[in-house]
Amino acid sequence: MRLPVKKTYKLYIGGSFPRSESGRSYEVEGANAALASKKDLRDAVRAAREAFPKWAAMTAYNRGQVLYRMAEIMEGRRSQFAELVGGEAEVEEAIDSWVWYAGWADKLGQVLGSSNPVAGPYFNFSIPEPTGVVGVVAPEEPPLAGLVARLAPAIVGGNAVVLIASERRPLAAVTLAEVLATSDVPGGVVNVLTGRKSDLCPVLAAHMDVNAVDLSGADGDRAELERLAADNVKRVVRNGEGQSPWHVAAFLELKTVWHPIGV
Amino acid sequence: MTELERKQDRSPVPSAFEYAPAPESRDVVRLEDRYGLFIGGEFVEPRSGEFQPSISPATEEPLAEVAYAGPEDVALAVGAARDAFENGWSEIAPSERAKYLFRIARLLQERSREFAVLESLDGGKPIRESRDVDLPLSAAHFFYYAGWADKLEYAFPSRKPRPVGVAGQIIPWNFPLLMLSWKIAPALAAGNTVVLKPAETTPLTALLFCDVLRQAELPPGVVNIVTGDGRAGAEIVKHPDVDKVAFTGSTDVGKEIQRAVAGTEKKLTLELGGKAANIIFDDAALDQAVEGIINGIYFNQGHVCCAGSRLLVQESIYEQTIAKLKRRMTTLRVGDPLDKNTDVGAINSKQQLDKIRELVAAGEEEGAEIYQPPCRLPEKGWWFPPTVFTNVAQSYRIAQEEIFGPVLSVLTFRTPDEAVEKANNTPYGLSAGVWTEKGSRILWMAQHLRAGVIWANTYNRFDPASPFGGYKESGFGREGGLHGLEPYLRFE
Repeated sequence: MRLPVKKTYKLYIGGSFPRSESGRSYEVEGANAALASKKDLRDAVRAAREAFPKWAAMTAYNRGQVLYRMAEIMEGRRSQFAELVGGEAEVEEAIDSWVWYAGWADKLGQVLGSSNPVAGPYFNFSIPEPTGVVGVVAPEEPPLAGLVARLAPAIVGGNAVVLIASERRPLAAVTLAEVLATSDVPGGVVNVLTGRKSDLCPVLAAHMDVNAVDLSGADGDRAELERLAADNVKRVVRNGEGQSPWHVAAFLELKTVWHPIGV
Repeated sequence: MTELERKQDRSPVPSAFEYAPAPESRDVVRLEDRYGLFIGGEFVEPRSGEFQPSISPATEEPLAEVAYAGPEDVALAVGAARDAFENGWSEIAPSERAKYLFRIARLLQERSREFAVLESLDGGKPIRESRDVDLPLSAAHFFYYAGWADKLEYAFPSRKPRPVGVAGQIIPWNFPLLMLSWKIAPALAAGNTVVLKPAETTPLTALLFCDVLRQAELPPGVVNIVTGDGRAGAEIVKHPDVDKVAFTGSTDVGKEIQRAVAGTEKKLTLELGGKAANIIFDDAALDQAVEGIINGIYFNQGHVCCAGSRLLVQESIYEQTIAKLKRRMTTLRVGDPLDKNTDVGAINSKQQLDKIRELVAAGEEEGAEIYQPPCRLPEKGWWFPPTVFTNVAQSYRIAQEEIFGPVLSVLTFRTPDEAVEKANNTPYGLSAGVWTEKGSRILWMAQHLRAGVIWANTYNRFDPASPFGGYKESGFGREGGLHGLEPYLRFE
């Protein structure tokens, strides 16, 4: 009988897989997952902030292709994911989520933007732009499809993300990070942390260099997290269900530009 | 006219031009001695029993007494709004709802002069601005949103838009009637009812607006005007039967409000402060750019959240720009808001004047160089001359903090990258200005400036069709345009 080689489940920050700087882990789902510390989270925010300009400057078409590549690579790893989450249906849902959001990348401008008919000789247009660094607290269940449903809309518009995975079932998130690493998603655009939500969520909510937070998966004192978020006027999403371009819009800023028309 | 006004020297300050007085008559305004709260379609006595005078900042004269709402009063107003929402307003056919808003728009146009004079009296802004900017835009906002009331399914296809219910709205003192229009028009168009609190120093045009509501025959309780101070505002924010809160004001108070609604299901939009950079490149049409700078910071005494309070000028044209700017500043007329020649009116309150003085003193202390054109300021009232600081470093308080007065800080840059870096380097992100003749550079700058409103080769342009709002600590949510309806709707 052959002894299998067990995987070490680490964090995914800045395109690399470091262990927690605390050196700690916790036993979950039959393995040891990294126990991210507050410093890991701060490092992740820094990585996201560094990665944001390049991801935001990519053309929408390019970003769409990257998300589609996520679907391609995940499709190739179907059985690995199915084993982790206990079924194929959830994996298919997650893959199809990537495909659906990939198609939105180069359409947001037309659905959310406008040319505005102002009462004067001015050209005036509004366009959506990514807000910057978004903190996402993934739902506990379903650990893969629920995570993708919150992650894809956060990044398709050009944001960089710091994501806190399901605490009780984090392994799918770490495996997803391997897909991120091999799908042309630039390092730092998505950072995946595993650990105790009660440790990490307040630090994320209070971080002054995070522009928005998705608290859909946050249990515990939601009100306190929202209060912490107010320190730098973060955009707060409370609960997002289903698939919608409005989930994308929640993390976009609308910019309006005026220019006189004349000879 | 009061004795005080007769005695006051109403001739314009010494400047490059001399103008004869051109006062707008205040006879068109009829003020009550005392106003109650407008709840359920009528003026009622405040349960709080508290009244305070509203003061004219140009003369320090009390204009009228207004009620200061207490918790019971706010509860009554919210109750009236809820009643109106449940019993009729949300059932009225959207096209009929639209007609009320169209009526309000037309009434504002008909009574425009009356409102403009009152706005200048109560708030201190020049009559030319209230007459030519505030009033036309206020009417336009109602007219614009009236048209949306029965077209919401086209604005939000397949989202099944529904009103949120009762909106609690708190507005500032810098554009009192205009901010009221920005709040009430979309809220009503979307089918909501409203409890609105005007700023404590500028309640009078909101109270006169109640008379427009009477003439428009708006059903009672749809709009409730609750005057008062921060305490009344806090009551509105925390009232459990308010579904949505909209606030325009300072960033500090905005954060408090965001904390106050944390953990509730209330929707929130915030329109907060700014420290906008007005950026001039060496190929700009310089005379136009200087006009744009002047307009950007001295319009409305600089009491503008999106004011161009920082001038970023390219090094190679620094000397000529400053020379032109200072020369233009000497032609600005500071004085009686009701004089049609006045460019810069009174500072809205003693409190605001103290704040401006404090920051200006800080600027001098930190080492910036101050210039103020010679100005004869009236004895009574609250005034501050147009001011410009040169030799300003990025870290000075006058480069980072919002002064909200007629004070400009000048910094320089060499490259577009540097201009963008400096412009974006504040906690704010409301607006920015760019002056250059090169098209690709206009678009590049617009792309890189992290601000919700970018004015290119123009400044301080507003329109109901144009979404307005900030990035970062300048707030979230947009007012104006189709986008301005979204905060007032629920979707499936």
